[in-house]
Amino acid sequence: MAKGGAVVIPHLPIASFTGAIEFIFSPQESNVTGGKKVGGFDKCIELLVKHLEVTVLALAIAIVIALPLGLYLGHKGKGEQFAIGLGNAGRAIPELAVIALVAVLIGVGLQNVAPVLAILGIPPILNNSFVGIRQVDRATVDAARGMGMSELGIVRKVELPIAIPTVMGGIRSAAIAILATATIAPLAGVESLGDFILNRNVYGENGLLAGAILVALLALTIEGLLALLQRRLTSDGLKVKTA
Amino acid sequence: MASVTLLAAAGEVGGDFFKERDVGDLCQAQPDHVFCFDWARENIDRFGTPTVQHLQIVIPAIVIGFVVAFALALLAHRTRWLQPPLLAATGVLYTIPSIAFFFLLLPVTGLGRDTAIIVLAAYTLQIIYRNTILGLDNVPASVKDAARGMGLTQRQILWKVELPLAVPEIIAGLRVAVVSTIAIATLAVLISAGGLGTQMYGSNLTFPTSIIMAAAIVMLMALAIDALLLLVQRLTTPWRRAAQS
Repeated sequence: MAKGGAVVIPHLPIASFTGAIEFIFSPQESNVTGGKKVGGFDKCIELLVKHLEVTVLALAIAIVIALPLGLYLGHKGKGEQFAIGLGNAGRAIPELAVIALVAVLIGVGLQNVAPVLAILGIPPILNNSFVGIRQVDRATVDAARGMGMSELGIVRKVELPIAIPTVMGGIRSAAIAILATATIAPLAGVESLGDFILNRNVYGENGLLAGAILVALLALTIEGLLALLQRRLTSDGLKVKTA
Repeated sequence: MASVTLLAAAGEVGGDFFKERDVGDLCQAQPDHVFCFDWARENIDRFGTPTVQHLQIVIPAIVIGFVVAFALALLAHRTRWLQPPLLAATGVLYTIPSIAFFFLLLPVTGLGRDTAIIVLAAYTLQIIYRNTILGLDNVPASVKDAARGMGLTQRQILWKVELPLAVPEIIAGLRVAVVSTIAIATLAVLISAGGLGTQMYGSNLTFPTSIIMAAAIVMLMALAIDALLLLVQRLTTPWRRAAQS
């Protein structure tokens, strides 16, 4: 320690991780707000909840549309070009363009942004549910049919349980894609953790880094939870085979 | 609300942008235009440099990602206990949203292209690694036995038998990686790394024509490189065509 004076910490041009962690747990004076305190635990939780809200809503819309369609097409063995092609094309859509266009052309707010975010989740769910069902051994399906199961029963009790790992893989991809894009949803007037990142002139550099940390942790948590859910949904008989 | 202020700010810049570029004249006839063809025709050259910048981010990212993932896959193919930890590690990198990843690296690597390349390369690891392992695992044991019987060493079997047979899976992984990377690279604008994102963000955030043009170039680029990789796959797996005909 320097004698008779405080140690001068040089002003960092960019955020430090310690600064970001402090920002998450208690409101801080940012380097741009001139004394006003921003951030803090409550604000982080508030934006986290909003981030989850838009993600869950968009994911739900995507599942409701894409899952039945994928299961139906897979069961019938129809529309392979459509399901696979859409899955591939979906990856090429730039998220930034989607969010920017929804704001200018359709409008801002949750009711406009959530359906559009769902579009990003539809291709992986459709693609994977189609592929998952198609991968089920046809002999198994024939056996089920021979035992007198209805077509709906075959999908529900035979094909879907066997296809669960692939189907859930699609839902996980969709969840992460939507969650990631929800980060730029503030550009279309929907609050999310992205506020910390995009509003540098409000939250400062520490807020920006804090936002990045929270988004990353949220994504990893959701991915982990969905992986757990996938294990729970996979029947025990199938686990032995994959282990 | 903070987010709305941001939009408003973008709108103001957008206003300046219209004055500066004389877009007003071109689009005056259709104030509620979605796509202004006159502007697009006159300003097509504005997209040249961003397109080149975009490729300057995407190509190094893919090359680095491929080299690292391929090396990891070969290592894990020989040392099998490495497979679960490597899958988990690349999975974490794949799951962290790119926007967050950009800013997490900012204190370390700063603004600009390098950070974008590192993040996108890290993003591709899982897809390429997983597909390479899958391709190598799918090679039938009987084929390897035959190769061994013909006196090939372990190394020769890898390079002359296993890897050529794994090419379809490896390229399938590469195609997914390339297409996603090209789309995600638009976000590089947020860390001042340039690219086609510049034509969608900032002053362009409220100008649909520019956004649509840039998005179209991004998707065409993805389609073109995807087709190129498909061609590479056909050329490197001549036996597949022989089997089909």
